[in-house]
Amino acid sequence: MNTHSLVSIADISKEEILDLLERAKYFEQHPNSKILDGKVVATLFFEPSTRTRLSFETAVNRLGGRIIGFSDPGTSSSVKGETLKDTIKMVSNYADLIVMRHFLEGAARYATEVTDVPIINAGDGANQHPSQTMLDLYSIYKTQGRLTDLTITLVGDLKYGRTVHSMLMAMKYFKPRFNFVASHELAMPQEYKEFCRAEGIQFTETSDFSPEVINSSDIIYMTRVQRERFSDPLEYERVKDLYALHNAMLANSRDNLRILHPLPRVNEIDVDVDDNPKAYYFEQARNGLFARQAIITRALGINPFEL
Amino acid sequence: MSQQKTELAVAALQHGTVIDHIPSAAVFQVVKILGLEHTDHAVTIGANLASAKLGSKGIVKVADMFFDEAALNRIALIAPSAVVNIIRNYEVVEKRPVALPDAIVGIVKCNNPKCITNNEPMLTKFDVVSRQPVIIRCHYCNHAVSGANAKIL
Repeated sequence: MNTHSLVSIADISKEEILDLLERAKYFEQHPNSKILDGKVVATLFFEPSTRTRLSFETAVNRLGGRIIGFSDPGTSSSVKGETLKDTIKMVSNYADLIVMRHFLEGAARYATEVTDVPIINAGDGANQHPSQTMLDLYSIYKTQGRLTDLTITLVGDLKYGRTVHSMLMAMKYFKPRFNFVASHELAMPQEYKEFCRAEGIQFTETSDFSPEVINSSDIIYMTRVQRERFSDPLEYERVKDLYALHNAMLANSRDNLRILHPLPRVNEIDVDVDDNPKAYYFEQARNGLFARQAIITRALGINPFEL
Repeated sequence: MSQQKTELAVAALQHGTVIDHIPSAAVFQVVKILGLEHTDHAVTIGANLASAKLGSKGIVKVADMFFDEAALNRIALIAPSAVVNIIRNYEVVEKRPVALPDAIVGIVKCNNPKCITNNEPMLTKFDVVSRQPVIIRCHYCNHAVSGANAKIL
């Protein structure tokens, strides 16, 4: 039975999330533990994603494991018409763990049903990307010293942004207060607001990225507003500037406030924010390494604290 | 008049299964889900019959065939009001409503063209997330659809 896979953040319990955070903390202190000696990890990228692949492969390398796989589906047999099932079955003969990114939604879930080798979902289309969520949680935990009772402001594209949806799912255990800041076109979908109500999560919703919202936040999570989401290009030009963060806007913000962004950014965070100590998006990406080391060791059933 | 005809038609079956109180629009989908297009048994299909409960209803009668419960419950997705009658020797020996299962495997097509189930030779699977109204969610890509809008494969 395939129990150590990570397909969606919604699949794991509060205890498992906390365990992963403790592991990430450990790996930040010991990034080069050789605990994957003799293990082979396959990274199957049916869709190119250099950033995510490098982060996973660095995580494996720093833990002493070996890597096989492909970074360009053009070089795999899927172009010859091989089914995903057959590719996964074949690779399962060689690897102890499969990290996969796929352009089709649900691909990772299906992979867990055709093999006993654990699967880590490194993104399946617009669906799930749990290692991003874990690095976001670790960044919040690390900068605030806790996950409970925080005010988190989500800004930008709340309609299509899978990272903000996964964040809601994962934070349900930690009594957060959310501010949803977005234009009408990119507002938080009804089903996620229903989810918050059902879970007793407090939230406010506004189209105004106001000083009141900024100054009451512990975390501001910025996301990219994409041009292709708009039917009217003039509307895009208006909206992209409304939800851009400039350093002056942070003048009266809380001392513990940190600015997060899943990257890549375009213009939603001005470069003048970069030198503000509250800017955290570059360190956030670095935390991805530790979060992925945590996920990999969990998937392989290796407990770093017992070694 | 038509009410009387329906009852006569039901009573005329010696052995078999009668599925009654199907919304008229769903009658032919019920036929499809039960695979009756390919059976050699006598099948009677009624649509747009008068019904006190539904206004207009459909009915499907199949002679000498008895379906397992899982097969019958699959039609709950598109015909939640349906009632199953088991007939033996002209008598209704069992009468019960259909019950929606927790998971629906292999009968609904996912509406999301980027879903793995539309691109790989595999069975679809939907989890029932709401029963009234019926809402099902793709087990793989998480896209939700109402029971009434579910596309039957």
